[in-house]
Amino acid sequence: MTDTSSAAPSIGRTIGRRLAGFDPAVLTSFGCILVLLLASSLYSANFLSPAYLLQQLKVASFLGIIATGMMLVILLGQIDLSVPWAVCAGAMMSCALAAHGVTGQIFAIPFGIFCGALIGLVNGFGVGYLRIPSMIVTLATNAVTQGLMVVYTGGFSPQDSASKSMHYIATGFLLPGLPNAVLVWALIAAGAVFALNRTVFGRAVYAIGNRERAAYMSGIDTRRIVMIAFAISGALAAFGGVLLAGYASKAAQSMGDAYLLPAIAAVVLGGTSILGGRGTYLGTVAGVILITLLQSILSVLQIPEFGRQIIYGLVILAMLLLYGRGAKQRQ
Amino acid sequence: MTDWRYWLARQRGTLIAAGIFLVMFILYTSRHPAGFSASVVQTAANKGVLLAFVAMAQSLVVITAGIDLSVGMIFILTNCLASWITDGTPLQTAAGVVAVLATGLACGAINGAIVIYGRLQPIVATIASGAVYYGIALALRPQPGGSVNSDLADALTGRVFGVVPASLIVLLAVVLLIWIPFSRSVTGRAAYAAGSSETAAYMTGLPIQRAKMVAYMLAGLLSAIGGLFVTFFTYTGDAAYASGNTYTLYSIAAVVLGGVSLFGGSGSAIGAIFGALAFRTIGDLLFVFDFDPLWQPLFQGLVLLLAVCLSSVGLLQVRNRLEWFG
Repeated sequence: MTDTSSAAPSIGRTIGRRLAGFDPAVLTSFGCILVLLLASSLYSANFLSPAYLLQQLKVASFLGIIATGMMLVILLGQIDLSVPWAVCAGAMMSCALAAHGVTGQIFAIPFGIFCGALIGLVNGFGVGYLRIPSMIVTLATNAVTQGLMVVYTGGFSPQDSASKSMHYIATGFLLPGLPNAVLVWALIAAGAVFALNRTVFGRAVYAIGNRERAAYMSGIDTRRIVMIAFAISGALAAFGGVLLAGYASKAAQSMGDAYLLPAIAAVVLGGTSILGGRGTYLGTVAGVILITLLQSILSVLQIPEFGRQIIYGLVILAMLLLYGRGAKQRQ
Repeated sequence: MTDWRYWLARQRGTLIAAGIFLVMFILYTSRHPAGFSASVVQTAANKGVLLAFVAMAQSLVVITAGIDLSVGMIFILTNCLASWITDGTPLQTAAGVVAVLATGLACGAINGAIVIYGRLQPIVATIASGAVYYGIALALRPQPGGSVNSDLADALTGRVFGVVPASLIVLLAVVLLIWIPFSRSVTGRAAYAAGSSETAAYMTGLPIQRAKMVAYMLAGLLSAIGGLFVTFFTYTGDAAYASGNTYTLYSIAAVVLGGVSLFGGSGSAIGAIFGALAFRTIGDLLFVFDFDPLWQPLFQGLVLLLAVCLSSVGLLQVRNRLEWFG
């Protein structure tokens, strides 16, 4: 912009123009974050302290990484219900390998991610090549993964603990003041933004989400793209699990259950259409922070669990009604 | 095409589901130490009908090309409510049962209103409304507990004339009183039409909105019947999050096994019932074959995965690759 040096009204106009370039859904969700923070600061000024905000960002980064994969799949117009046990498998398998000497310690993190990618690959093969609805394939792989983990652990939470590197990557500080988990999320976010906006793969994902038939006709190998997207989603879910295991220093049964619905909600609240083809990564970031803040504030305010559930559901509904409505039948 | 052939083609999914269930159940009873006895059937029926009601609920919504991820939570909510109010004198109990069913109907109506008039995508909308229903359930029953009219509970979970499980008779009655009238009415046909092609159904002037609304409401009602029954079996109300989630997910599995297309417009609630019964029997099969119960989730998952993969054999008959994309 060249006219920023002129009078005040034109600066206002420039800002207005800049804002107009953003998705209204993204703006609304960032607005909701601000309102939430301001409203809660009336209760206690601690809600605006840097320490609290940084802590929230750290907690959000686990959900953020998982939601990145979910967003990719939702952009295709599909859904990944295998997240809970992909998270769990990532955590359990990396901890299991970490118990096997030095080599195990080194390969713990890649192995966990690899297991998730494998689950995602099965999902992607089913959806892309066998043309089974994603909701049911991912449901089935979730059940199979759960079965495998139950057989492996004997139905109890495993005793293996996370490796030092897992602990470091989830809780350490490479840069002073910035938790590593946030750093990891930032790196993944940068990768996601680059992949979605600047690569053929990203454009293909949007194209398939809009109309797979048209994407196929324009020469995209849609089946391969779908398979890769699901594999990435599985890998990221498992990576989230690895980080969670590092954070809690061990894996637990059903540790992933708490991440499926928030991940979907975060992606959708960020303005990504559940029908696919439309959405920005910035929106997903906003959605993730919004969900994390909402959960945190509700628990700090010491609202009992039932109240938290009700408010959580109502807020999601209200925000969707605000900006997530579909078109009328007539159009 | 003659009439019966047409009927056969239309009911193929339902018939396959019924076949799978029969084979599994025969296998199950043949290996069971007590054999094909009234008590074995009663236990199996009592376990099966819970999922059958929830699967029926899911199938009604899926037929309209929607999905209801709150059925499990309505099930839990009505279970918790029933553990408070379905006790006391016969009159009080009857009023309680009516109130529980009305609650289910209301939950379904809220879902329908959000999806139809709020124009939200059913997946997300029902996830959110499910969280609200679960919250209410938790408010009603922070700890498991409560009571139920044991005469009624025993009557509905026992056997009629010492042979037929009462729960199966209730299931049959529900099919005859809810599913058959619905599927034969204009509203029911409109539900199928809306699932098949909403634009075409709209152009034809069918009452799409009414059909979808009725489908969601009946889904709430059927989940509530499931919730009532779980109260009769356990004598308690329990706001268990995991259990609600499991019922929701299993209901989708049962619907798919039962030959109801997730894209809408085809299948029947009867297929979903057989799908649910088959899915339950899969889990029980391992016990009679003396496997470690630890293997049950894996086995159940593998059968589900195999079943959905088999459904894609149609791909081999595709003449034009564009048909891949539906």
